[in-house]
This record gives sequence, structure tokens and C-alpha cells, in this order.
Amino acid sequence: MTEELGDFAVATQGLTKRFHQQVAVNAVDLLVPRGAVYGFIGPNGSGKTTTIRMLLGLIRPTAGRHSLLGKAMPDHSEDVLPLVGSLVEGPAFHPYLSARANLVRLDSVDRHADPRTTKARVDGALDRVGLLAAADKKYRAYSLGMRQRLAIAGALLAQRELLVLDEPTNGLDPQGTREVRHLIGSLADDGATVLVSSHLLSEVEQVCTHIGVMHVGSLLTQGPIAQVRAVSEPRARVVTDRSQDAARVLRGLGLTDVAVESGLATGALGALAAETVVVALVSAGVPVTGFAVERPSLEDLFVSLTGEGFNVSG
Amino acid sequence: MSAADLSPGRTSGLNSGQPAGSPTGLCSSPTARPLRHVSTRFLRSELWLIFGRRRNQAGLGILAVVPLMIAITVKMSTPRPGRGPDFFDSITSNGLFVALASLSIELALFLPLAVGAISGDSVAGEANIGTLRYLLTVPVHRTRLLAVKFAAITIFSLVATIWVSLVGAAAGLVLFGGGRMTMLSGSQVGMGSAVLRVVLATIYLGVCFASLGAIGLFISTLTEQPIGATIAVVVINVLSFILDSIPQLSWLHEWLPTHWWMSFADVLRDPIVWGELTRGLLTAAGYMLVFWLAAWARFSDKDVTC
Repeated sequence: MTEELGDFAVATQGLTKRFHQQVAVNAVDLLVPRGAVYGFIGPNGSGKTTTIRMLLGLIRPTAGRHSLLGKAMPDHSEDVLPLVGSLVEGPAFHPYLSARANLVRLDSVDRHADPRTTKARVDGALDRVGLLAAADKKYRAYSLGMRQRLAIAGALLAQRELLVLDEPTNGLDPQGTREVRHLIGSLADDGATVLVSSHLLSEVEQVCTHIGVMHVGSLLTQGPIAQVRAVSEPRARVVTDRSQDAARVLRGLGLTDVAVESGLATGALGALAAETVVVALVSAGVPVTGFAVERPSLEDLFVSLTGEGFNVSG
Repeated sequence: MSAADLSPGRTSGLNSGQPAGSPTGLCSSPTARPLRHVSTRFLRSELWLIFGRRRNQAGLGILAVVPLMIAITVKMSTPRPGRGPDFFDSITSNGLFVALASLSIELALFLPLAVGAISGDSVAGEANIGTLRYLLTVPVHRTRLLAVKFAAITIFSLVATIWVSLVGAAAGLVLFGGGRMTMLSGSQVGMGSAVLRVVLATIYLGVCFASLGAIGLFISTLTEQPIGATIAVVVINVLSFILDSIPQLSWLHEWLPTHWWMSFADVLRDPIVWGELTRGLLTAAGYMLVFWLAAWARFSDKDVTC
């Protein structure tokens, strides 16, 4: 690993994991810049969790190497992991202990934690995820959403430079999902790097600065979200009863991939400003009843990258 | 987690996951969280998990039933010399014999079962509910995890054995009184020496059970099913007793994990005969070393996929 990898909170080179015959993760080169909120997306079974397990040293890569916060793993895991808060494959706590007791347990095995501040840090983390009022309930009595929140609280027990959150909104209601998005935003505002995996594309879209797309164990694309999106261009969508005429105008303006449906003409805008299209349509006498610029959703993007739907990979 | 909770100005909660007292923010190097001095927090946490758990408290309660049962039944029955198992005849002469009789009865199954339950649960239990992955990412070094887990198993073995002994001694002294104790060799020793000998026997057996716990720790690293690991420990224990009773396998006997356990009775000779006790302790130490290392070899680079 070279010096410049220090700029990346997560950097992997050819990270590969083979379970018997099946390749779960195939030569992934993940690059998460410091300070980024990196959306790690892909359908269930695409290798996201296996990648995260390798990042955290829970499983050994079959091939490849990686660093966290600029330090090679797993050699420096004892130095690096204290600065990494993680949520891996859902919450896991002792069912017969209360939420608070479970966090105290986690804190007491941490050689970097100061026992004098345990209570304040545990209560602070519980407060941050909205569980302070339910802190003394047994974990077994917690709902799935509360368990998920508790796991996030576990990741926030100490000062972190990197948060690795695997499907953090799993089991949360819409309100909880929104709160987790806010939380991720506030963590990033305070300077932490966040790697958040999700199979819900719309969720990631709203909060991430960068994305990486996994499919059947491979990283298809990654980068700043605008750059990744640029792969599929925005399209102009004209609602009119003279769609053939509208299409002619669009072609005349240089739009590509122009398509006509009944009452509708669409085309890829390219670098063209949307307002020039409207002006051209009106001056050509095409009655425009509706006009929109459609940015492709991440789901469309995913389909265009893989040629398939967002289904479970085998 | 309301909007107010998430606003950066809030002082009662954590800001950006920083603990109170670290206002410098996150622009720190990976040494920002200093390593603290060697601490017993992890071990204390383990012991709290073991002894705070209802299931284990109930188990200790069951272990205490045997000495109480022995003391009460002996008290209620008329003595018939020469017909009871070891120590039973002597109980009426000195209540401390209830402790020794209880240990000799519970060493076959109850105490090994208790140690099997704790040791089988040690790693497999954490793997089963998934807490293992969160321990390892704290991070807890895998060697440290196994060391602390084994220390807790050893402490549990000693505590469980002492508990049986203590309940037996208390019940015996209340029902039959103390006083001078007749040794196996026929001579008598004073109460102080008698107590010391019961303590020695108890600690000896506690160490022996801890060696079974080392086997349990190893098995616990092989599976994610704590019950399976516990059953395996009990099976090994019973198998060892069975093999020990087959004369054709006499060459094997002295290597069996349970072979020297009954030698605890040697503390009742005057003077104490140390030969077999020493062999027993060495055997126990050997089993601990071998199986702890086996657990380490198995666990130190194991993929944790639970």
C-alpha cells in the first residue's frame, strides 16, 4: 500500500473471497475517500456483507488486501478498529440483558474505553438513537426497529473516524429510516466517514456523496454520485398530443435516443439546457401540456449497468 | 432520535459519536483513543454474564440440592455401618464429610455438566446469538478473548466446586456438628486440619473440572451450537469414566481426563499422600495447555460468519 492510500478511509485491492467453489466477492477495488458518505449498494446476496466482514477482519480474504484509515489490515486491526464503529449483518445482543447492560458489556471489553466515562457514553449513545427511555428494557422485549437502533448506538459508543453500517435501516419504519438518514448526515457533518450498505436504492440516493454498485460479487462502478449518474443521461419528457412533431423538434435540437409514445415524446438531453428545448417546442408551434427532465433513478442506473433487474443474485 | 436529538448543539447527548471530554473532534490520528492499562473489566464482565444469568443460578441451585439431600437423608435414617458409599458412614461422626460425600457423588455428572454448560457456551454461545462478531470488531484480540473466556471457565469451576463443598459443610456441621475427623488411615486430626483438608480436596477437584472446561472451550470454537458443545463435553466425561473402568485398557487409564479425580480422597490420609494428587494436577494442567492451544489454533484465523 502506498502513502496516498492514507487519503482513503477504506481502500481495497483485488479483495476476493471464495467459499468452497462459490466466489462471493470477486476482485473488489473499493475506494472510500475520507469524509465521504459512501453508499454501498447491490441486491441481497451480491457480496456486500462478505466485503464488510473482510474489511473488519472477521473473515480472511482469499486474495487481495485492504487498508482502513490508511493502515493495512488485518495487521493494524488493534490500532484501527477502535476508531471504526460498525453494524454488521443486523443487531446481536444478549437477550436476557437490558439495552444499557448490553452496551456496558461492549464497552467493558474495549481496552481503549475509560470506565469512568462509560455511563455518560452509554447514555449519550442511547439518547442519540432515541432509546434512552427504553434503556432498561430487556433486549428480548425489543422490536426489530429498536434492536437496529441499539446496534447503531453500539457503533457510537466511542469517538469514531469511520462508521461501517451494513443495512442500518433494516426493520425500521419510515420515521426511523428518516432519523437514521439524519444521523448519517450529522455524523458526516462532524467529519466521520460513513460506509453504508443498502439494498434499498432510494434510501442511499438521498444521503450519499459517493456510491459503489455491487452485483454478483463484483464492484460494477463507483465514484462521486454525480459522476456515476452521468453514465445514464437525464432525459427530456414532453407531454403533447402532437408527439411526432415534438420528436422532430427534439431530434432537430440534437437530442439522442428520441422515443415516441402516444401523447409523449422523450429524448436524452445530453449537455443541452432544458429550457432551450421548451423554447424550441413552443416556437415550432407544438402544444406542450407537460415538460419534465427525468434524472434516472439509481434503480434505472443499476438496470442499465447490469442489464437485469434488482433481484437476488444466486 | 427526534430532530432535536440530532442537532449538533445538543449537549446532553453525544455529538458525532464523540465521548464527552474530547472536544477536539474527529481530525485525529489512529492513536486518538489511547490504550488503557491492563484491566480486569473484560473478565469481570464475563463473570457477571455467567453468574448473573438465571439459567446458571438455577444450575448452582441444583448443585446445592445434593449435599442438602445427603445431609437430611443420613440424619433421618438409622446408621447401617459398611453399606453406604465412601464417606457416608463417617458423616455422623463429622459433618464435614457431607462436603466430601457430595463432591464424590457430583464429580461423576453434575459438576462436569455444569462446567460443560459454561465452557460449551463460552464461544459457541456468542457465535450463536451473533455477539461474537461485535466483540471482535470492538476490537477484542482473539487470543485475549480465549484467555479471558478460559479464565472465566476456571473461576466458574472453582466457584461451583467450592459452592457444593460449602453447602455440604454448612449442612453437615449444622446437623452433625464438627470436631475431630477420622482419617482413612484410622488416625484422627483436629478440626482445623480437617477444614484445611476439605479445602484442599475442593480446590483439587475445581482444577480438575477446569481441565474439562478447557476441552469444552476447544469444542466451543468448533460450532455455533452451545448445546451441542455442552453435550459433547458430557459425552467425553462419561466416555472417560467408562474407559477408565475397562481393565483391558489399563495402559490408557492414567491419561484419561477423569482418571485422577477420585484421588481427592488422598487428602484424608495422615499424612496426606501427594503422589496421585500431583499426577492429577499435572494431568489437568496438560489438558488445559493442549486444549487451550487447540482452541487458539482453531479460532485465531477462523472465518467468523455468524
